[in-house]
Amino acid sequence: MRATEFSPSIPSRPVYGGLHPHGALPSLMLAEGAGGEALADLAQADPSVMRHAHLFYVPAGAATGPDLAVRLRALGPASYVEGPSYAALRPRFARALADAHMGTRLYLAGSEGLIGQAMAEALAAGLPLEAIDAEHRGGFARRVQCVHCKGITENVATDPFTCSHCGLNLFVRDHYSRRIGAFQGVCVDAETPGIVPEPQEIKP
Amino acid sequence: MTIRFNDETFRDDYSFRNSATAIRRFPFPFDKDDYMYSVNMEPHGTGGRAGSVFEKRFDVDEHYVAEMRDRAITLAGDPLRCQSLPHMELAGWDLLELIMQCKAEDYPDLFQLHRDGDRWHWINRPLGIEQRFTFLDPTTLPCGPMEYITRQAQGDFAVLDQRENNLWMDAGMVTSQADWSLDFDIGMNFFEWHAPVPKAAEMGIFQRALKFLLAIPQGAPSRRLNWTMTVNPRLDTSPENYHLWGPEKRTITPENVGAKQYLRVELQSFWRLPRSNALAFPIRCYLIALEDLVTVPKWARRLHRVIRDLPDELAEYKGFAVNRPIIIDYLAQFDDGKPTSPGIFPDD
Ligand code: HEM
Repeated sequence: MRATEFSPSIPSRPVYGGLHPHGALPSLMLAEGAGGEALADLAQADPSVMRHAHLFYVPAGAATGPDLAVRLRALGPASYVEGPSYAALRPRFARALADAHMGTRLYLAGSEGLIGQAMAEALAAGLPLEAIDAEHRGGFARRVQCVHCKGITENVATDPFTCSHCGLNLFVRDHYSRRIGAFQGVCVDAETPGIVPEPQEIKP
Repeated sequence: MTIRFNDETFRDDYSFRNSATAIRRFPFPFDKDDYMYSVNMEPHGTGGRAGSVFEKRFDVDEHYVAEMRDRAITLAGDPLRCQSLPHMELAGWDLLELIMQCKAEDYPDLFQLHRDGDRWHWINRPLGIEQRFTFLDPTTLPCGPMEYITRQAQGDFAVLDQRENNLWMDAGMVTSQADWSLDFDIGMNFFEWHAPVPKAAEMGIFQRALKFLLAIPQGAPSRRLNWTMTVNPRLDTSPENYHLWGPEKRTITPENVGAKQYLRVELQSFWRLPRSNALAFPIRCYLIALEDLVTVPKWARRLHRVIRDLPDELAEYKGFAVNRPIIIDYLAQFDDGKPTSPGIFPDD
C-alpha cells in the first residue's frame, strides 16, 4: 500500500509529505499498523537512518499481522518499543521526546489520528515542525474534536457522526488544528434539530 | 458629551436597542452598490470623522456596560473563550497599556489612568472599577493583563505573535464572534485560521493582507470593516454554542424580518505593540436591525443591491443563505432604483 494522495482541500487541512531519509541523525520513529511499512521503506532507501533511531510501534489494527513487527525489529534500530495502542505507548514516547537533543528528527507513519496526536505532542515538547516527517498509511478515519463539548472522538469513519461524548450529531469539517491534532466537528442539525443527513463514508 | 448606557440584553429576551444616535453613527460597511472581498485597509487613529465610530481609537458607545455584562456571562459558561499562550504575557501588558491610555485620553470623563513609575491607578467609571496595580507584575491584578483589560473593552481581541514572517493567533478574548472558535484556532498562523474563507485565498487577498500587517509600525494603526448577518441581536454566535442559537436562524418570516434580522458589522483594527512586537487585533461588533437601517434611504437602497447581487458562496459562508430571499424581498420595497452617492456615510 502506498502513501495516501488526498483530494485538494483548504489550507489548514494537513498534507503529509512522506518519509524521507535524513541520514544517521538521532531520531524518533513512531508508526502504527500499516505505517510500519513506511518505516521499512525508509530503512530500505537509507539503512543508516536506523543507526540512531528509537522506534515505537503500535501493531494494533494492522492487517499486516505480527510479521511487520518482526521486520521492524530486524531493521536494527537503536531501540524498539511496542505498545497495544498509542494511548498506552504515549508516556514512553513523551519521555523520549523530552530526552531528545536539538537536531533530533521525528518520523511518523500511520493513520491521521496517530500522526495528529503524536505531532501535537512533539510540537508541545518543542520539536520544530521542520524536524517532522509524516506519511499517511491505512484508513481514512479522522480524529475529530467536538467544537461544542470539546471531547475528541477517534476513528471517525463517517460524516456526519455522533459525538462519543455529548451525543450531538456532528459534521466533519476540513478545518484542522495541529495543536489539538484533530479536525473540527460541528452540530449538523443545529438549525433543524432532528434532521440529520444520511452518513457518508469519509473519503481521502 | 456624556453617554447614557443602555440596560439591555444580547440573549434570552434580546432587549438590545439602538438609539437614534446609534443608528446614525452605525458603521455601514458598503461604499458602493456591490461587494466582494478586497484588501480594504485604511489608516485608523485619532481625528476620525466627528461623531462617527471612527472618531476615537477604541469607540465606547451606549452598549458598553451591557456588552461587558454579556461577556462576563459567556466567560462564566466557557473559560476557553479567553486564552493566552505562555509567551504572550508581555503582549497582554502591551495591550492593557494601549487600551487604558487610549480610553483615558479619549474619554477623560469616563476613564482615568494615573501613573507613578510602574505603580498605576486605573479608574473605570461606567463599570465602577478602581484598581491600583504594578505594571508588569501579574500578581497585582485579579487575572492576566489581557483578560483584565478586555473584560472592560467592547469587542473581541486577537493578539498575534509575529515570527517566521507570519502572524500566529497565540492569545485572544473572543465572546462575540461571527462563528469561529478561538479554542480551535489558537496557535494557528494567518493562512491556517483563514482556511475556511471561500475565494479570498485564490484572489491573493491573504498574501497581500499579511504583507501589509507584518509591516504595520508602532503608532500607525490601520482598520477595515467586515460584515455578516445575524438573527436576533446576539453577540455570542460562537460555534461552541451553535446548537443553542442555531434554531433561531430559522425563525425569520416576511413579517418579522425587519425586526429580527440584523446586519452585523465588525470594525477591525490593527495595532503594533511596543514591547512584544505583537499585533493587537480588536474586532468590534456593531448590530443594527434592518428596520432601523432602512431609516437611512441610501443604506436601504444599497444594502438591497449588495445582498441581491452577492455571490452565493459568500452568502453561504456568512450563514444567511437560507434567509436571503426573505431579506431581499423586504429590502426591495426601500429601493427605488435611484443612484447612490459614493462612500459609507448617510447623505444628509
Ligand atoms: C491579523 C488579524 C486577523 C485576524 C486575527 C483574522 C481572523 C479571522 C477569522 C478568525 C476569520 C473567520 C474564519 C473562519 O471562518 O473560521 C476571518 C475571516 C476573514 N478574514 Fe480575517 N483576520 C485578520 C486579518 C484580516 C485581514 C487584514 C484581512 C484582509 C482582507 C482579512 C480578511 C478576512 C476575510 C475576507 C474573512 C471572511 C469574512 C466573511 O466573509 O465574513 N482578515 N478572519
